[in-house]
Amino acid sequence: MITLNNICKSYETRQGLRSVLSDVNLSVAKGERVGILGRNGAGKSTLIRLISAVERPTSGTIQRDMSISWPLAFGGAFQGSLTGLDNIRFICRVYGVPIPPAIDYVEEFSELGVYLREPVKKYSSGMRARLAFGISMAVEFDCFLIDEIVAVGDDRFQEKSRIELFEKRADRAMIIVSHSADFIRAHCQHAVVLVNGKLHNFAQVDDAFHFYHAHDSII
Amino acid sequence: MSLSNNSLQSGFAIQLRVIGALIVREMITRFGRHNIGFLWLFLEPMLFTLGVTTLWTLIKATHGTNLPITAFAVTGYSSILLWRNCSNRAVKSIEVNLSLLYHRHVKVFDLLAARLILEIVGATASCMLLTTVFTGLGWMEEPVDILTAVIGWFLLAWFAFALSLIVGAASERSELVERVWHIITYLLFPLSGAAFMVDWLPKPFQEFIVWIPMIHGTEMIRHGYFGSAVHTYENPIYLLWIDSIMLLIGLALVREAGRRVEPE
Repeated sequence: MITLNNICKSYETRQGLRSVLSDVNLSVAKGERVGILGRNGAGKSTLIRLISAVERPTSGTIQRDMSISWPLAFGGAFQGSLTGLDNIRFICRVYGVPIPPAIDYVEEFSELGVYLREPVKKYSSGMRARLAFGISMAVEFDCFLIDEIVAVGDDRFQEKSRIELFEKRADRAMIIVSHSADFIRAHCQHAVVLVNGKLHNFAQVDDAFHFYHAHDSII
Repeated sequence: MSLSNNSLQSGFAIQLRVIGALIVREMITRFGRHNIGFLWLFLEPMLFTLGVTTLWTLIKATHGTNLPITAFAVTGYSSILLWRNCSNRAVKSIEVNLSLLYHRHVKVFDLLAARLILEIVGATASCMLLTTVFTGLGWMEEPVDILTAVIGWFLLAWFAFALSLIVGAASERSELVERVWHIITYLLFPLSGAAFMVDWLPKPFQEFIVWIPMIHGTEMIRHGYFGSAVHTYENPIYLLWIDSIMLLIGLALVREAGRRVEPE
């Protein structure tokens, strides 16, 4: 179970304190999949980062009784000057995962071949995404945080990723940020909508979309 | 719950694991896998010390005393490198490693600790190797009292670590620290006791200079090395106090920085 209690987050800006999230409450049970909807800048990624403990809330508490992934996004959490292999080794060491099986897995899954021995900064964005996705699948978590990592690579690779994440790991909890309605509908049991820093909970994904679109046209 | 003790232990295990991972990563990014790779870790300070030793020999920097110049330079310049390299490496080290904080186990303290441990290991290996090689060549005598020298080195390394935590965290707060710190290290160099013995100074100046913490480390190392051939003025308890207080300040500042920084 992950529980967020009265989470507020504000940032210092040149125009003073700017509130991004106010009084957010959310709980995610083991195996539950929650979609987060919201316009650009609504605070979706901030919410994900707070849950992953990359950032601290300004006030409020977060309880985490599951192991939680880092925010899986395009190519984040990499060291550009290191090779793909060195990045895999580093992440394995940080999370205490045996290195050789992880390398075998990522080699096979990412299909990067000889490029794994090149610095990541030489990769195309597609290659980066494949590596990022591969590494994050090599470390097992109870809950995956997915920040817009849907359209990775070509169709074949997307299908492969879908099987890895949603079929082989069907028992895991996931918190998914996406602008794609189809994607959220296909993979989430329920959804929440962020509007002006407030989080609105909905039992049905369709209700969340109704609310989202209603607000979308007003703002 | 009985969990709390376990989680404290596992928290410590995680931190050691993370610092280990960061050290390996730092070695690869800094020295790479090309040519002699991580040997640069101690070859670089060795070459530095070697250059200074040569220079000081040429200009007879022992000021007319009969102290062996090679030993004087090696002990002095090695102790400078210890705190200067550490603190210079700490400047802005949080900012350049921000993306690592994406992984929740990685803390700001770990980023700094990994760098500083590497730096201290490098300076220590350099000093030991130079002493061993020069002793073998007959350019230096063996140290008279190794234990005293080692304790002095340890206290100075601790000072370097604590100082660097402070500088590292402070440089995250203000751009000014980055610009000013290099000037401060430069000004501290002639005051740190590397290029002189306190005993050579006029009395009034001695009373002032012993307030500078590094003096006590350098003097103690030389006390251990030269034994009763020199008269030294170190006060290990004073340095120990300074080390402890600075470590507490450093840890508090690093903790505060950890709450403030946000990975991009």
